Amino acid sequence: MSNDRSSHRAETASAAPRTLYDKVWDSHVVKTYDDGNCLLYIDRHLVQEVSSPQAFAGLVAANRTLRRPSAHIAVADHAVPTMGREKPLPEGLAKRQVSRLAQNAERFGVNYIRMQDHRHGIVHVIGPELGFTLPGVTLVCGDSHTSTHGAFGAIAFGIGASEVECAMATQALRQRKQKRMRVTLGGALPHRVAVKDVVLALIARIGAAGGVGYAIEYAGSTVGALSMEARMTLCNMTIEAGSRIGMVAPDEKTFAYVKGRLLAPTGLAWDKALASWRGLASDPDAVFDKEVALDVSVLAPHVSWGTTPEECAPVDMPVPDPAAERDPSRRARMQRSLDYMGLKPGAPLAGLPIDRAFIGSCTNGRIEDLRLAAAVARGRKVAAHVAGIVVPGSASVRLLAEAEGLDRIFRDAGFEWRDSGCSMCVAMNDDRLNPGERCASTSNRNFEGRQGRGGRTHLMSPAMAAAAAIAGCIVDIRDL
Amino acid sequence: MKPFTSLTSIAAPLPEADVDTDIIFPARFLLLLNKDGLAEHLFHERRRTGDEPKFVLDTPPFDQAKILVAGKNFGCGSSREQAVWAIADFGIRAILAPSFGEIFFSNCLKNGILPIVLESLPHERAMKAAFAQRALTVDLETQTVSLGEGEAIRFELDAFARQMILLGLDEIGVVLAEDQSDIAAFEARQRSEAPWLDLSDGRLEALRDAIPGDARDDLF
Repeated sequence: MSNDRSSHRAETASAAPRTLYDKVWDSHVVKTYDDGNCLLYIDRHLVQEVSSPQAFAGLVAANRTLRRPSAHIAVADHAVPTMGREKPLPEGLAKRQVSRLAQNAERFGVNYIRMQDHRHGIVHVIGPELGFTLPGVTLVCGDSHTSTHGAFGAIAFGIGASEVECAMATQALRQRKQKRMRVTLGGALPHRVAVKDVVLALIARIGAAGGVGYAIEYAGSTVGALSMEARMTLCNMTIEAGSRIGMVAPDEKTFAYVKGRLLAPTGLAWDKALASWRGLASDPDAVFDKEVALDVSVLAPHVSWGTTPEECAPVDMPVPDPAAERDPSRRARMQRSLDYMGLKPGAPLAGLPIDRAFIGSCTNGRIEDLRLAAAVARGRKVAAHVAGIVVPGSASVRLLAEAEGLDRIFRDAGFEWRDSGCSMCVAMNDDRLNPGERCASTSNRNFEGRQGRGGRTHLMSPAMAAAAAIAGCIVDIRDL
Repeated sequence: MKPFTSLTSIAAPLPEADVDTDIIFPARFLLLLNKDGLAEHLFHERRRTGDEPKFVLDTPPFDQAKILVAGKNFGCGSSREQAVWAIADFGIRAILAPSFGEIFFSNCLKNGILPIVLESLPHERAMKAAFAQRALTVDLETQTVSLGEGEAIRFELDAFARQMILLGLDEIGVVLAEDQSDIAAFEARQRSEAPWLDLSDGRLEALRDAIPGDARDDLF
């Protein structure tokens, strides 16, 4: 219920100026307990194969039902292969996990999207595409990148399997309200600098734990100018700053994106929803517990050099020197990262040879990302020693890209063109790095082993990853 | 959930910042469908290297530790509860750190593992005690960690979570027993005030059977 005027609870709270987060929160409070915690109603739940089998098993063991089947959509994205999808899955753990999801969905009356379906894709890509994600809703998923959906002005956050089970059984979660942080982005993005660079720069500044305890709202003129795809990238990466929730106030761009989607409201319901959504902005005098401001007009393309997303730097900078770090724990962390990544302090980031390139994921697997990468790849060739794959975030993205001829551009350049899924971002299927391999990646995490045991990940934007694939090494896209 | 009141054990020191859930439980083992027996894959990449010195949890006496003293932002990253199940399966029931990844923190509480946040000075002392192989006592009744040699630290924990863990209760059961009528009332209110949120009108049916010649039951 996003409509302030009609919610008694919201009305009593509306005397004080409220943030966007406060408004969506207030409209979903089922009850407030004596200890100040709230029971928060959950409108939407995306179910995937990795975080749900134990939750479904819990329901079965306790003889519980799914409270509201129409609030859930199930899709397998982590474990599915990105090639050979016309064939049955080979026998093994992945097949067992995917079929378990299909069986559970059937048993509990949840709509399940098959991997051959033209609506298949990564949960965080298809939620918005289907109009399942709407402004002002609460949305959860057993996946940390659920923060993505906050781009629509939703409270969306990742949960573990126990909370997945709770959301399925009760449609509500006991939660403590977060503190509020506003990140104000000002200035125009320089040529060939992307929102990925902005968010990497932000994480480098506030740290991988900088957002712990906060719900972040992104505001400022830069955000207003961003496409919905770019806003999703921004909110997606919020968890890498330690915050489960990143939000953007919905505006005309948001409404235009949502309108006409399969599950979006229509007719009178649309009008009513729209009227409510227009109220979803922080009040001008709303107070945030923390404010951060960033001028994006001076940013360079960013690349990660370490094994946490906060360990990233402008591409024209050298690998930092742990010896220059005063904090001993941070120094040890840096040294460990450099050892794992096989890097020497002071070496330039640009020019570092790569073995693989990965373009895709819930962070950068949307049509706009593929367009930006294709613009770089057009008429060029992937370096002979580099294996590059492009994995659309969803089948819809793939079909649209193919209609635009992007697949041809990628294939002609020597990239492999794949089917939708999480792929090499999480390396649960066959798409993974070998030990010691270095990868230019548009994904979200450069953790040790994230893309395969011993693999070395450098996070960057889609255009930067495409450029690295072609040059055979990390390059400054501005020099291309 | 197993009830927890008090625990005395040596503590394994892991003084490393930002230990993420991919390190704690690598993704390729997420294909397993159960919660049990996951300790085999706990810190898998750190424990199967053959390198010396061995990883702390493979180094006696810390292989018997029921407490872990970790660095800041422990358990950041992915929401995978397998990280917590693997820790529980190893036998660890309490983790002391300056801060935790938020989802990991919440997952701990649902599984009777105490995630204890310590300020930097007490954390330093706990880390020292862990390295010295002193027996630590974590007491949830009094919300204290005793470091031996007369040192004790008080910690904070959400009162509801504390109660659930002390009694070993299932949170879902509590919500179903106490809050169901409130949830139903909320839903009724939402149906009238924000009717567009209700997808039980058949719109979701469009998601079914979209594969032409829908007889491919072996395909998922």
